[in-house]
Amino acid sequence: MTPVVNTPIPTARRSRIANLRRAMLKAPGASLCGLIILAMFIYAFVVPLFSQNPFEFAGMSVLDSFIPPMWMTDGVADFPLGTDDQGRNLFTAMAYGMRTSIIVGFLSVMIGLALGGSLGLIAGFVGGKVDAFIMRLADVQLAYPALLLAMIIDGAARAALGAERSVTTAITIVVLSIGIAFWVQYARTIRSSVMIERDQDYVSAARITGRSNFSIIVLHILPNVMAPVLVIATINLGIAIITEATLSFLGIGIPVTSPSLGTLIRNGNNFLQSGEWWISVWPCLVLVLFVVSVNILGDHLRDVYNPRLKGRS
Amino acid sequence: MLNYAASRIVQTVIVLLVISFIAFLLVANIGDPLAALLSADATVNERLELIARLGLDQPIGTRFLHFLTNLLQGDFGLSYRTQDPVAKLIIERMPATVELAFVSLLITIAVGVPAGIYCGVNPTSLFGRFIMLISTAGITLPNFVVGLLLIAVFSVQMGLLPSFGRGDVVRLGFWSTGLLSVSGWRAIILPAATLSTFQVAFIIRMLRTQLMEVGMSEHIRFARARGLSEARIWYVYAIKNTLLPVITMLGLQLGNIIAFSVVTENVFAWPGLGSLFLQSIQAADIPVIAIYLIFVGLVFMVINLVVELLYPLIDARVLRRQS
Repeated sequence: MTPVVNTPIPTARRSRIANLRRAMLKAPGASLCGLIILAMFIYAFVVPLFSQNPFEFAGMSVLDSFIPPMWMTDGVADFPLGTDDQGRNLFTAMAYGMRTSIIVGFLSVMIGLALGGSLGLIAGFVGGKVDAFIMRLADVQLAYPALLLAMIIDGAARAALGAERSVTTAITIVVLSIGIAFWVQYARTIRSSVMIERDQDYVSAARITGRSNFSIIVLHILPNVMAPVLVIATINLGIAIITEATLSFLGIGIPVTSPSLGTLIRNGNNFLQSGEWWISVWPCLVLVLFVVSVNILGDHLRDVYNPRLKGRS
Repeated sequence: MLNYAASRIVQTVIVLLVISFIAFLLVANIGDPLAALLSADATVNERLELIARLGLDQPIGTRFLHFLTNLLQGDFGLSYRTQDPVAKLIIERMPATVELAFVSLLITIAVGVPAGIYCGVNPTSLFGRFIMLISTAGITLPNFVVGLLLIAVFSVQMGLLPSFGRGDVVRLGFWSTGLLSVSGWRAIILPAATLSTFQVAFIIRMLRTQLMEVGMSEHIRFARARGLSEARIWYVYAIKNTLLPVITMLGLQLGNIIAFSVVTENVFAWPGLGSLFLQSIQAADIPVIAIYLIFVGLVFMVINLVVELLYPLIDARVLRRQS
């Protein structure tokens, strides 16, 4: 039996735009999600460029607090989605929050990918005791749900660093704890692909030409095992953003001074009982829309790169 | 079989030792127990006494052994936050979380299993697709968002159910139960529903995939060829073969229930282990965090072990494969 390698099926050379159009016509749902993601990226990164930061003093105004969305009675057109307890414009506040969420999500996926990827490469390439050690470590970690693990790492880091933390430190802690909580999946995927690749002729050829192990791994094997990992990374971006939102909602994530969507929901939660639903519901909806779109797009990419898994949940 | 069981038990014990060692390293290296447990005006003698009592002057190997023997004797150390023994805190909070997990498991089985079987037997029906759509939402929606939406609808808008606390609890020895009073049952509905969303959605998808796969297998085709009724084929022959993976997944989901219970308990101000854990993280209360780490690992490993050792009872083929 020949080993199954996850390489995309080669297509005839076409222009990039024609390729994209074809792909979009074939999967309208996934392309819609792609467009939603794009729109939300623009919202999160463009709105803050042209608006007053609602989390600085000038962006708040107690006179404007608790204004409902503009289509309700008492609504004001200046604040299309209403304002919160400090009179912050929710439309711009959410753009800022979303920007933080996206950045934190991306950074933590990068950390997980770098950590899991390098451990997986080493485990798969070296094999033997090193492999066994790394993989047993992964097994132990799998006893814990990633969310719980992120909380534990977060708690340990807080204890180690003491009470006085800057905003940057707080964000770094969140990014690291989510990244570390998710390394196992990347490591396992990369390891199994590397174990297939390392016995291929091109690796032997590279070895004969006197390449070092390091350059064989980085220049020859890595490019061949990246595709499935990038798909996992897409799906994990959604999970990372949810994890960050959960941590922030629980008050152990991103601080209020530079909030993420989770922090905004946490704030709005205080007013849910008294009827000011919009303060928490809008960030909830934005979060859900973004994460659902990322997941559907990720599932689609997985089916494209790995048709065998189609339909599995 | 005995050999297999023994080797699995040894493996579990080794993993638990590793987890305890990591937890021990946390307690030993992070935070300052002296600063946390001594008052500001403590004398040098009190300080030395505490160092001796906690064994901080011993080498690290001895301290780990000491830590382990203490664990086995039920001495889990002192919380930095409340100065109480960690064991006492855990016993106080345990009943609330166990009852929450139990009721959410009931919901999972009562809702998830019938819906999953329906979807598996009628995968293309309109209602089946509708259930799948809902379950997709259940998988992707963050736990706290589900909780907030339930509160917004059932507590704030309709005023039907309470949104926080356990209601009236009845004490039975060391156990305090909310399941013996009407207000207790009313209070547990929303949190348990929130906690079970992910599980319900997961079980539905799992059962559907499994049943669709089994439905195409030889023995089902054969049963059809024998002229058995569709109902008998699905509910007697097909479902039997999907039980194993489903029970495994239910067991493995327990870890997720514990993780999400932290979130759910926070949303509903539920006085359980999850709230305790969260307060400990906020206060950097390392001894409680470490014990929680061991506790979750223990629960997960033991459930895993039990599920695996029960396999042969459900499916005799597993036993034959092992020997």
